[in-house]
Amino acid sequence: MTADVGTQPSVTQRIGSALISAARQLIVPALAVVSALILGAVVIILSDPKFVSLLGTDIGGAFGAGFRSVLAAYGGLLKGSVGSPDAISETFLRATPLILAGLAVALGFRAGLFNIGAEGQIYIGGMFATIVGINFDGMPTFIHLPLAVAAGFVGGALWGFIPGILKARTGAHEVITTIMLNYVSYRVIDFALHQPLLQRPDRSDPVSRFVLDSATLPPLFGDTRVHWGLVIALAAAVAVSWLLFRSTKGFEFRAVGLNPSAAGYAGMNISRTIILTMMISGGLAGLAGAGEILGTNHRLTPLFSPGWGFDAIALALLGGSRPIGVVGAALVFGALRAGAAPMQAATGIPIDLVVVIQALVIMFIAAPALVRGIYRIKVGKPTGTEISIKGWGA
Amino acid sequence: MGRVTTLAAAIPRGGISRARQRGYGILYLVLAAVIAFIFGNVPGGSETTFGMNVGRGVAVPNLVLPSAGAAYLLAALAAAAGAIQLTRGFGARWALALTGVIVIFAFAFLTWIAADGQVNLAGILQATLQLSVPITFGAMSGILCERSGVVNIAIEGMLLSGAFASAVVASATGNHWIGIVAAIIVGGLLAALLAVLAIRYLVNQIIAGVVINIFATGVTSFLASRVLAHYPDLNNPERFGPIVLPVLSDLPFVGGILFRQNLFIYACIACLVILHFMLFSTRWGLRVRAVGEHPLAADTVGISVFFVRYRNVIGTFEKEMTAGHGFIGLAAMIFGGWAPFGSFLAGLVFGFADAVQTRLSILHVGLPTQFLQMVPYLVTIVVVAGLVGRVRAPAADGRPYVKE
Repeated sequence: MTADVGTQPSVTQRIGSALISAARQLIVPALAVVSALILGAVVIILSDPKFVSLLGTDIGGAFGAGFRSVLAAYGGLLKGSVGSPDAISETFLRATPLILAGLAVALGFRAGLFNIGAEGQIYIGGMFATIVGINFDGMPTFIHLPLAVAAGFVGGALWGFIPGILKARTGAHEVITTIMLNYVSYRVIDFALHQPLLQRPDRSDPVSRFVLDSATLPPLFGDTRVHWGLVIALAAAVAVSWLLFRSTKGFEFRAVGLNPSAAGYAGMNISRTIILTMMISGGLAGLAGAGEILGTNHRLTPLFSPGWGFDAIALALLGGSRPIGVVGAALVFGALRAGAAPMQAATGIPIDLVVVIQALVIMFIAAPALVRGIYRIKVGKPTGTEISIKGWGA
Repeated sequence: MGRVTTLAAAIPRGGISRARQRGYGILYLVLAAVIAFIFGNVPGGSETTFGMNVGRGVAVPNLVLPSAGAAYLLAALAAAAGAIQLTRGFGARWALALTGVIVIFAFAFLTWIAADGQVNLAGILQATLQLSVPITFGAMSGILCERSGVVNIAIEGMLLSGAFASAVVASATGNHWIGIVAAIIVGGLLAALLAVLAIRYLVNQIIAGVVINIFATGVTSFLASRVLAHYPDLNNPERFGPIVLPVLSDLPFVGGILFRQNLFIYACIACLVILHFMLFSTRWGLRVRAVGEHPLAADTVGISVFFVRYRNVIGTFEKEMTAGHGFIGLAAMIFGGWAPFGSFLAGLVFGFADAVQTRLSILHVGLPTQFLQMVPYLVTIVVVAGLVGRVRAPAADGRPYVKE
């Protein structure tokens, strides 16, 4: 009996070990974010004109000025992201497309595909949603709005289908094809916005007509800017989680991602899995574009995405390609994005600082050995980020 | 990977599989049909005038061709190539045939687009050579890295930060030579970062490359907004003017195209020769090609940077100015079969697409400019889709090496 008690962990022990393993999983992402913020501070200091000009004469004063810049920048970021109800609404608003785009990339990672084309898929999805959203006057909201959102998914899925079928049929590496399709998509949008189908009749610059009220995503609370797109994003996270870990298709995705040859021998259709993954991945990114058009911008403009498709790569890595992780990471990045504009307005430090921090985050996440080396801690292998991307020949 | 190696073993050296032969043959016939029925479909009696002069060499009279007749002739040539490909095959010369048909198609396109008008052929060819340089340099970097087993997808980021560094340093010092050195150093640092991440910390090479690209975009955009916006003097480098070679530059037609170019084109060709010699004729090259993954790979990545800078010929730095040229360079590398001169030929194809695109955008021809701007990217996709897996990649490409 006593031996049995010894082998059966008590409830508190089990909760304790679950907490420890959760903490283990969080430690690398957390340290990565902290390290990126520290290095970001170095970039701010080194690029501070005051710091540079004082360096020769007054080293103490130079570093004082540098640190004041860092405090101002990070203080501005914090204030703009969580400092007020409006700021918090802004954080969730910014997180909405990031969640969807991050899910898109994470799903690809699970199937061994590196979808760098989320950016282009966002644009094409946004364009499809706009086409539906500005037409069909008089259609009731409960038909028009779902139709416009679905159009966004379809647009993104089509744009994801192209690299999918190219990879499945010819072995063309999706990294190159998706990046090239990003550049193509900018031109497609620019072209479409000069056509009478989309362009506002009274304007000569590339701006679309406004989305009709019946296709607009309403605000979530009163008159805050955060809208029902957030609900769609969270629902998508649940759906992707179910798809990946509870469905047969998701099992195939993961099997193909982990070991394509074994999956092939087990009778799974690798080509079809690749195409389907890229389509769903593209569709999720397309939803991000649709949400932004239907909920925030209400019209299509060129370059309406400030690079969410690229942020998404960082998010998928930071979130360990787990939907819940992606949502958490998107909230962090949403806060960075929401705080960046007020920071720039208050301190003059450019928004692009956020991109630098994000790149550093990915670097630290992708190299757990680096974090281990810097902080002299034991961290396990990266769990969940089973990424198996190979060279051209594979 | 296994599939590719067996494929390579099953077909004669340099040749391509039967299905591919048929595919290319059909492609040539389709292109011939496009040339005959679309490019040949011009108002009767219209003529295309090709300007043959650039610079101040011995003047050559303009080449005036009947638009429709030229198109039919070119269509016939393409159709003949298709027929040969389908029956006898070109054997090991398939790449040459492909290049030939691409040139025919491009020329037919020009006669169509400029029917009843004029295009400056010499000018386009000069621009082609110019625009192929950054692509070829990028491809050379890719070749060096990939021959040693490291996939270098960070070329884009290296080009971008090299351009930034050279613009700033050349402006600050007033000496564009120091600007080049700065570009090489910055490119080298990024390459070293890639090497450390990929080899020491075993980061997936593609992810490491993407990180460097994002990082380079972020840092250069950040610094451009934070520093260059306030100190425009730092973004005003002296430019490299054309080096006019005496006598040679006076040759008719080719003089202006080949011998009235800036330093980088000559440097590019010199580098091609050196790289070719180093890779295929020296012990070092043999080692690089043999080891695949090895600490040596770190050295190679480090060396791979001499290419980085080109862009300050164009002058000032702009955010995200490279617009995918690094990736087009990768495609050129694949198209060229991981060999220096092959990738130069591929670089010329991309350069031509770019040159034609910019000129036609100004001319306001029938096609919307957006579609013309897509062309280089679409060509890249077609190249990557059409040739990856058919051209043999270095065997250990992309695999981290862990000592047993």
